Amino acid sequence: MNLRIALSIFLLAAPAYGAEEAKVTIDNFVFTPATLSVKAGTTIVFVNHDDLPHNVVDAKGGFKSKALDTDETFARVFDKPGEIVYFCGLHPRMRGKIIVTP
Amino acid sequence: MFDANATRRQALKCMAWAGSGLLWTIDGGVPKASLVGSAQAAVGGFSMVQISDSHIGFNKPANPDPTATFMEALRKIDALPKKPDFIIHTGDITHLSKPKEFDDFDQLARTAKLDFHYVPGEHDVIDERPGEAFLERYGKNSNGKGWYSFDHAGVHFVGLVNVHDLKAGGMGNLGVEQLAWLADDLKIKTASTPIVVFTHIPLWIIAADWGWGTQDGAQALKLLSRFASVTVLNGHIHQLMQKVEGHVTFHSARSTAFPQPAPGTAPSPGPKLVPAEQLRSFLGVSSVTLTRGKTPIAITDTTLEG
Repeated sequence: MNLRIALSIFLLAAPAYGAEEAKVTIDNFVFTPATLSVKAGTTIVFVNHDDLPHNVVDAKGGFKSKALDTDETFARVFDKPGEIVYFCGLHPRMRGKIIVTP
Repeated sequence: MFDANATRRQALKCMAWAGSGLLWTIDGGVPKASLVGSAQAAVGGFSMVQISDSHIGFNKPANPDPTATFMEALRKIDALPKKPDFIIHTGDITHLSKPKEFDDFDQLARTAKLDFHYVPGEHDVIDERPGEAFLERYGKNSNGKGWYSFDHAGVHFVGLVNVHDLKAGGMGNLGVEQLAWLADDLKIKTASTPIVVFTHIPLWIIAADWGWGTQDGAQALKLLSRFASVTVLNGHIHQLMQKVEGHVTFHSARSTAFPQPAPGTAPSPGPKLVPAEQLRSFLGVSSVTLTRGKTPIAITDTTLEG
């Protein structure tokens, strides 16, 4: 029993174990990299380095992050192969693309 | 002092950088802007003040204390030779739409002892259910996501909301529902009624690559085209900018919090860091004076300096 709990805690605490992680940064109103290719199952972490808030919105409405203040992050697992175009809902000229491969 | 030839451009440039409040004078239906400190009282008309982009909650180097500069803006308004009838706030009241930011703003705004009319900026609608906090506080008599109109001393004021449902790659957005409301709202007004429109993002396109414009703004301007005097006030770009096109005067007010760069002078429209001792020359308020049957609406922009 104890072992099981310990194991669950371990798994909860390290959900990314064995999974890929990638990063998109926001600097000067630009998502970098503008296009990011990842394998299905990858967690992408968006981090805002600007002095103004930004958010991350799927152009097709699939997801929307909260507003990210300076140095705040938004993480999401991309598990379905395909192309996702996203933008900043506050500054919609800011756009990026994620290509999820099988 | 000035080289007469070089100066118009320079003066405009300086204007674009000095922060201020705008005093609008509406005179014979044509608005004139002037610096708050130098504005003259309108005869037989009235004046109102526009403030914008107070960004309460912002705490970065460009202005670690926007509450203090907002208070200074209120003091400027209080010191006007003629008491304005009301204040219009053209959005970005808060930085992150947090209840405490709205509370802090409201607490200070009450000290002005003047009515405020608001439209939201994009920073005021980033709560979990976009715009809910704003509407609860300021949207009592508004339609849809916060648009409304009212009449004051023969002038028709229209508050438009262009910060919701922004589309990927786009700019500000009014949307079909609001445009239909606007058409209906203006229908009963005679062409000689002076119109003052106020909104957050410029209705005219100032810098498309920075999103400084409104996608469907031209449709609103078309609805306004039959009126003899139209004044469009906005914020969002944290600098003075003015344009007259036919009978439409466009005016962008300064922020009371921090300046932003002029289009094309920086890699992004983020806050412009200026030496602390210069900050107040980049911030300000605008005063609008309307004098019936005589001269145009006057807009006076005043910085917080001095």
